[in-house]
Amino acid sequence: MSEGTLVQAMADGRTMIIRSFRLSLRNVDGLITALALPIMLMLMFVYLFGGAIRTDGHYVDYVVPGVLLVCVGFGAATTAVSVTADLTSGVIDRFRSMDVRGEALINGHVAASVARNLLSSLLVIAVAFAIGFRPHADLAHWLGAIGILALFVLALTWFAAAIGVAVRSAEAANGVTFLVAFLPYASSAFVPIHTMPTWLQSFARNQPVTAVVDAIRGLLLGGPIAASAWRAAAWSLAVIVASAALARVLFARRTS
Amino acid sequence: MSDFAIEVAGLCKSYGPHAVLDRIDLGVTRGSVFALLGPNGAGKTTMVRILATLTGLESGTALVAGWDVVAQRHEVRRRISLTGQYAALDGLQTGAENLRMMGRLLHLPARQARARATELLERFDLVQAGERRVAGYSGGMRRRLDLAASLLRRPEVMFLDEPTTGLDLRSRQAMWQIVSELAASGVTVFLTTQYLEEADQLADRVAIIDGGRLVADGTPDELKQQIGGRRLDIELADAANYAEVIAYLGERATHTDVERLTVGVAVNGNAPEVRSLLDELDPHRQRISRFAVHAASLDDVFLSLTGHRAPERETASV
Repeated sequence: MSEGTLVQAMADGRTMIIRSFRLSLRNVDGLITALALPIMLMLMFVYLFGGAIRTDGHYVDYVVPGVLLVCVGFGAATTAVSVTADLTSGVIDRFRSMDVRGEALINGHVAASVARNLLSSLLVIAVAFAIGFRPHADLAHWLGAIGILALFVLALTWFAAAIGVAVRSAEAANGVTFLVAFLPYASSAFVPIHTMPTWLQSFARNQPVTAVVDAIRGLLLGGPIAASAWRAAAWSLAVIVASAALARVLFARRTS
Repeated sequence: MSDFAIEVAGLCKSYGPHAVLDRIDLGVTRGSVFALLGPNGAGKTTMVRILATLTGLESGTALVAGWDVVAQRHEVRRRISLTGQYAALDGLQTGAENLRMMGRLLHLPARQARARATELLERFDLVQAGERRVAGYSGGMRRRLDLAASLLRRPEVMFLDEPTTGLDLRSRQAMWQIVSELAASGVTVFLTTQYLEEADQLADRVAIIDGGRLVADGTPDELKQQIGGRRLDIELADAANYAEVIAYLGERATHTDVERLTVGVAVNGNAPEVRSLLDELDPHRQRISRFAVHAASLDDVFLSLTGHRAPERETASV
C-alpha cells in the first residue's frame, strides 16, 4: 500500500467511525436497551437472587464484574446486527463502487461498539456504587481492570462483526446475542464455580468469561490477579486476531 | 483514447447451471446515453454490477472508461458512479449528512464536501429536506438524493439501474430531465429499464436483453426499422374471426388487443405488401372491418424479438 492510499484508508476509517457513532446515537431503542438492560440485570441479581447465593463478602461486590460482562457481551453482539444490516442494504454497493475498503466499514462499527460499551459499563459501575458496591482498588488496579474489560469488548465485538459478515439476515445475526449473553452464566460471573455440577465446572473454569471476570474481580476487590489476567488477555487477543482474519476473508468472498 | 466509454466482448456470467449473461458484446460511445432494456430477470442488474466492479465475470472482457473492470477495478471505481435500484443511503442520517459523508469518502476536503452537498441539495430541490433524516423521505426524494450522491464527483460513466422503477409520473419526469441534462454535459450514461417509453425518450442507443442474451442493439429508430418500421393494425368483425386470425398468424402477430378485436402485424408499409396481407387474411372480404398502418413502437420491437410483451407501468396514467 502506498503512502497516499494509506492516508486515504485512514481518512475513510475516520469517516466511517463518525458514521457509526451517529447511527448508534440515533438508534434510540437500541441505545436505551443497551444502557438500561445491564442495570436491570444488576438490580435483579443483587435484590432477587442475591439473598440466595452464598459468596465470600457482599454479593454486590461479587456480582458487579459479572454484570459488566453480560452488559458488554450484549452490547458487543449488536455489532453483528449492524454489520449485517449494512451488507444486506444497498449502501454497501455504493461504498464499494466508491472504493471504500471493507475494513473501514467494519472498523467504524467496532469503534462505535467499544465506545457504546465503555459508556454502558461506566453507567453500570455508577449505579453499582449507588447500591453498595465498594471495591478497594487503587488507580493502577482500576486502569488494569478497565484495560482487561476493554480488550474483551474488542474481542467480542470483532467476533460479532465476523458473524455479521457471515450471516445473511439480521435475525440470524441477532442469534449471536444469545450465544454471547449465555456464556457469563456458565462462568464464575454470578455463582462460584464449585457450586456447579462437575461436568460444567471444567467448561466454566476454562472459558474466557471466567478468566476475565476473575481478573477484574482480583483487580477491583483484591485476590489473585496474575494468572487470570494473562489468560484473559490471551483469550481476547486470540479472538481478535482470529475474528478479524475471518471477517476479512468472509468480506472479500461475500463481496466478489 | 478509445471512442467507447464501455466496451464489452464475449461476456458470460452464470449462477450455478443458470446462465445469467450469455456472450454479451456491446459498445457505448463516450458521452451517449445507452439503455439496456429487458424484462425482470433478464440479466440487466447483473450486467450493471459487473460493469460497476461489484460482481465478477466468468469469461470475456469488459472495459469501462478504458480500464478493465476486474484487473483494474480501482481505476474504474475512480471514474464511475452507481445508482442502484435500492436507494443506497443511511436512513438515520439526514440528506445533507449522507452527502457530506459520501463526499468525504470520495476524498473531497471537508469544506468542499460541504459546499458540494449544499449545491446538490439545491439542484435536486432538496434544500428543506436536507436537514431531515432520510428515513422519512418519499421514494422520489430518495432517488433524487441517491442521484445527487452519484454526482458529488463528476463521473465519466454513470450507471443507473432502473432509475424510475416505482416512481410516480412527476418524479419520473424529473428523473428523465436530470438524465438528459447529464448527458448534455458529456457524461456517459448507462441505464437499465423495463420500460420502452423510457428507453425511447432518453437513449441514443438501446440494447434489448432477454434471458441473458442481447437480442437487438441499435438506435430506437433502427430497431423500429428492423422489424419493418411500420405496423398494420386490422380490426376484425367479431370475436370468432379475431380468434381465427390470431391462431393463423401465430408468431407474426406483434400486437393483440382483444377488447378492440385488433391484431397488429409488422410491415414495411408499401401498398402491395399491405394489400396482399389483407387478401391473405381475408380472402372473402368479410372478416376485416377496418385497418390502419402506423409507425412501429419499441413495444413492437420488443415483442417481436422476445416473444413476450414489455411490462406495463403500474402507474400507467395520471
